[in-house]
Amino acid sequence: MKSLEELKAIREKMKRQMDVRESDENTIRVLVGMATCGIAAGARPVLSAFLDEVDRRGLTNVSVSQTGCIGVCRLEPVAEVFVPGEEKVTYVHLTPDKVPAIVEQHLVNHNVVTDYTIGAAE
Amino acid sequence: MKELSLHLLDVAKNSVTAGARHVDISLEEDPQGWLTVSIRDDGRGMAPEFLARVTDPFTTTRTTRKVGLGLPLYRLTAEQTGGSLDIRSQVGRGTTVTARFQRRHLDCPPLGDLPGTVAMLIQGSPDIEFTYRHTTPNGAVELSTAELRDILGEDVSLAEPEIFAWIQDYLTEQEEQAAVDIDPAAMIEGEIT
Ligand SMILES: Nc1ncnc2c1ncn2[C@@H]1O[C@H](COP(=O)(O)OP(=O)(O)OP(=O)(O)O)[C@@H](O)[C@H]1O
Ligand code: FES
Ligand SMILES: [Mg+2]
Repeated sequence: MKSLEELKAIREKMKRQMDVRESDENTIRVLVGMATCGIAAGARPVLSAFLDEVDRRGLTNVSVSQTGCIGVCRLEPVAEVFVPGEEKVTYVHLTPDKVPAIVEQHLVNHNVVTDYTIGAAE
Repeated sequence: MKELSLHLLDVAKNSVTAGARHVDISLEEDPQGWLTVSIRDDGRGMAPEFLARVTDPFTTTRTTRKVGLGLPLYRLTAEQTGGSLDIRSQVGRGTTVTARFQRRHLDCPPLGDLPGTVAMLIQGSPDIEFTYRHTTPNGAVELSTAELRDILGEDVSLAEPEIFAWIQDYLTEQEEQAAVDIDPAAMIEGEIT
């Protein structure tokens, strides 16, 4: 069984990581649209996949957060990626199976996965 | 929406948007298949005239910024199972949204991923105090972010992916113990009084 003790161990590990963390201005941000339309279209498993993948790879320079309406209902689930010093990239019609490629190619290797972007869908 | 937990995610997000500091979520299942879902917040609340409109998408006036879908869909889903939606709200004090569902009704969506939903609400608003309680005839699931924060201290955010994973796994284990299987043979169709 999972226990609160385990959480203590996670805390200790994370506190050690804090020291080697990137500063805020170097953080890559992923924002997943979680308005009603996004949730209905499947944003929850997509967000979950981003969190899982970032956790699995131990990417301490990536923050994953949730936002409301991004304004493109028919393209949901949608995520915006902000890499410092680069232009914003909007990924659309996301499914959990598209997420690992975005994390690996874009967040780690800085190559936009153009097939999944809003430009490719329009 | 295909799952009740998706409605829960959506409706609880209204509490977040309303500036709540505390959000209490409770699900209670009784032996007859009735499920009561209550979401209570201390956010900005709604005036009575506004409250009268929010669950009905067709009476929304033109002056309203946009037509919300969350609450009307939630009401519809509850009523389709023979249940109901009740909203109590006071400006400046907060809101309680209570929905009743008959889980054995054919039109009742499955509960879906409750652990993922709760973990996601916490991840999305790491500074809000959430409590979560799900009781069934088989057991109880409980979580309070205050308790987690006591352990994690100030430096570790509840928004961290690793904490999200832990919360999800922790709740999944508890939900499995408390789960009530709905027997499809016992499904009820039509009106329930
Ligand atoms: N807990 C709450 N506290 C305060 N106001 C609320 C609360 N829940 C709902 N409201 C008000 O009712 C409106 C309608 O909510 P509803 O969820 O139906 O739609 P919405 O959130 O505006 O849009 P969406 O379709 O994305 O859900 C909200 O915009 C908000 O003004
Ligand atoms: S309501 Fe759908 S993207 Fe805003
Ligand atoms: Mg809403």
